[in-house]
Amino acid sequence: MKRTILSEFSDIPLDRGILSDRLIGKRRTKRLRRLGDNQQYNGGRVAYFLQQLINGLTLGSIYGLIAIGYTMVYGIIGMINFAHGDIFMIGAFISVITFLVLGALGITFVPLALVVVLLMAMIFTAIYGWSVERVAYRPLRGSFRLAPLISAIGVSIALQNAVQIAQGARVKPMEPVIAGGLTLFTDSNNFDVVISYLQIFIMVLTVVLMAGFTYVITRTSLGRQQRACEQDRTMAGLIGVNVDRTISTTFVMGAVLAAVAGLMVTLQYGVIDFYIGFLAGTKAFTAAVLGGIGSLPGAMLGGILIGLIEAFWSAYFTIEYKDVATFGILVLVLIFRPTGLLGKPEVEKV
Amino acid sequence: MANFKKGLFAAAAVMALSAGTAYADITVATVGPMTGQYAAFGEQMKRGAEQAVADINAKGGVMGQKLNLVVGDDACDPKQAVAVANQFVNQKVKFVAGHFCSGSSIPASAIYNEEGILQISPASTNPTLTEQGFENVFRVVGRDDQQGEVAGKYLADNYKGKKIAIVHDKQAYSKGLADETKKSLNKAGVQEVLYETITPGEKDYSTLVTKLKQNGVDVLYYGGYHTEAGLIVRQMREQGLKTQVISGDALVTKEFWAVTGAAGEGVMMTFSPDPRLNPAAKPVVEAIKKAGYDPEAYTLNTYATVQAWAQAVEKAKSTDVKPVAAALHANKFDTVLGTFGFDAKGDMTAPGYVMYEWSKGEYTYKK
Repeated sequence: MKRTILSEFSDIPLDRGILSDRLIGKRRTKRLRRLGDNQQYNGGRVAYFLQQLINGLTLGSIYGLIAIGYTMVYGIIGMINFAHGDIFMIGAFISVITFLVLGALGITFVPLALVVVLLMAMIFTAIYGWSVERVAYRPLRGSFRLAPLISAIGVSIALQNAVQIAQGARVKPMEPVIAGGLTLFTDSNNFDVVISYLQIFIMVLTVVLMAGFTYVITRTSLGRQQRACEQDRTMAGLIGVNVDRTISTTFVMGAVLAAVAGLMVTLQYGVIDFYIGFLAGTKAFTAAVLGGIGSLPGAMLGGILIGLIEAFWSAYFTIEYKDVATFGILVLVLIFRPTGLLGKPEVEKV
Repeated sequence: MANFKKGLFAAAAVMALSAGTAYADITVATVGPMTGQYAAFGEQMKRGAEQAVADINAKGGVMGQKLNLVVGDDACDPKQAVAVANQFVNQKVKFVAGHFCSGSSIPASAIYNEEGILQISPASTNPTLTEQGFENVFRVVGRDDQQGEVAGKYLADNYKGKKIAIVHDKQAYSKGLADETKKSLNKAGVQEVLYETITPGEKDYSTLVTKLKQNGVDVLYYGGYHTEAGLIVRQMREQGLKTQVISGDALVTKEFWAVTGAAGEGVMMTFSPDPRLNPAAKPVVEAIKKAGYDPEAYTLNTYATVQAWAQAVEKAKSTDVKPVAAALHANKFDTVLGTFGFDAKGDMTAPGYVMYEWSKGEYTYKK
C-alpha cells in the first residue's frame, strides 16, 4: 500500500486528477484502506473516466447513426420504421461480404477497400431501404395508423429470417482491418488511456455525417421538400412537391446511414450475426425517443447520451443494471419532457 | 451450398417424422442450438447423433428395430426448448440426446419426466439438471461443481497473490459455473477483486474491459459461451490489457478462435480429456472427419450418449423409460468416451476436467 503512494510521488504526474490526488494524499490513503488489500486502487480516477468516456462516445456514435434513420422516417410520415435495425444488419452483412470478395480479388490496400466497401454497403442497403418502403409501407400509407407499424414489424422479421437462411445462423467473424491506436497518456499508476484509430474514425465520421445531413435538411431544396411533407403532406403535394419521391429519398437516406453504422460495427467488433439488428435497433430507437423523435440533432444527442449512460453506469456501478439505468433515465426524461430532449411539441395531425 | 444441404436435411427430417410412425422404428431425437449464436455447438451435437444413429442402424439397429433421428432446434432459448420438448411428445420420441444449454435442458426435463421420455444431455453441466430427482434424466458430461472446483483450485494454486476477477453472463450455465468456481476459490482462501455480470448477445464489452484495467485484474475467470468470451478477449487486447482469461467448456469450438483471431493466444479453459485421443474413438473420429467435419468437443459426447442409451435398451429389452433408466443405473457402457456408468443421480462417472490452452487456432492440454 505504502509503496503505491510512494511510487506515485516519485513519478511525474501527467494528468491533473493524480495531481489533485497528490494534494489530498491523506484522503487517497483512506480510500486505499477502504478498498481493502485485494482491491488495491490501480488506475487514476481521471484516466479511468477518460477511458470510459471514449468507450461511451464510440458506442453512442453508433447508436446515433442508427437513430437518425428512425427519426427521419418518423419526422416525415409519423411512423416508426421497425425494420430499420434490420436494414443496419444487412449493411453489416454486405460489408463483410464485400470485404471477403475484395480479399479474394487481392485488393488489400486498406483505404481503397474501405471506400469500396462503404460504397457497396450504401448502395445495396439503399436499395433495401427503398424497396421496403415501396413494398411494405407505401400501399398502406392511407390506411389506419397501426397498419404500417405492423407491416414494419413483419418486414423486420422477414429480413432477419431471410438473412438467417441465406447466410446461416452462425456468427460471422472478421479479422481486424484497421488495427492500432494511440496511447493518449499513461498515468502514474500505469493506466494507459488508449483510443484506437478506428474509434477516432467512427467519431469523426459520425460528426461529419451528422453535419452533412443537417445541412441537407435545413439548407437544400430536398430538405425543404422533406420539411414540407413533414408539415402537411397534402398541401405539399398541391404546391408541386413530389411526395412519393421525397418519402422514398428519406428512406434511402436512412438506409445509407444504417449502412455506415453497419460497417462501423463490423470494423469495431468484428463479429456480426443476423440478430444484431434487433438489439442495436432497440437501443437506437430509444436514443431517438430520448433525443426527441423527429429531431435530427436530437437523435445524435440521444445516441451519445445512451452510450455515455451505459458506459458510466457500468464504470461506477454494477454492469448488471446498465439497461435498467438507461431505460430508467428514458422514463424520467419522458415524464418531464414527453417529446424528448430536443423534440418539438407535436400538434396532433388528423 | 451448406444452406441448401440444411434445407434438404430439414425436409428429410420432416419426411422421417411422417415415416417414423408408419413403421415400427424407434424415434430418437437430438436437440440443441441449431440456429442462433451458439449454432456451432448444435452442429457438433447433430453430427455426433447422426453418425451414432447411422452406425447403430448399419449394425442392425436396436432390438432389431431401426433408429429414426429427429433434430430439434431450441436456439438455447428456454421457451423454445419447452416447445420443442412438447413437439417430441407428439412425435412419440423415446429418447432425447439433449439439450445443449443448461437453461434449456432444465425446463425441458420436466416435460420429459411427465411424459416418460428418457433424456440424456451430452452437454448441460449445471448441477440442477440431475438434482431435481427425475429418474429419467441423465448426462454424459461433467457437472459445473466438478468443473468449478477444478477451475477454482487451479486459480488458487497458480495465481497466488494475483488479482482475480469473476464475470458471467447471467445464463443458467454461466452463473452456475462462475459461482462454483468462486466457491472453490474462496474456500482456498482467495478472494476475487471483482464480480461482475454482462448481457449476452451484445457486442460492446469495452466498459467491462476498462473496469478490469482499472482494478488491475491479472486473471479473469469468465463463465459463459465462446462468442462473448471471444469479444471480451479481443477488446481486452485492443485496450492493451494482458489479463489471463480462463473459462469453461463452452469455449471448446474453433469458432472461438474465429472471433478472437491472434488475440485468443493463451486463453485457457476446462474440459473433459479430449475424447478424440481415445483409441476406442478412432474409427468414429475418422468416419466423421471423412464427412468433412472435425468431431470437436460435444460431437463425441453426443455419439456416446446415443451409444449408452442403445446399449441400455438392449439390456432392458424395452424402450420404456423405467426399465431403460434402471439399466442405465445398473450397467457400465463401452462408448467412444471409454467405459462409464451412471451414479444414483444420473450423473456420469466422469473422467473429470483438465485444463486446456488456446494457441495458434488450436487447443491442447495446458502444460
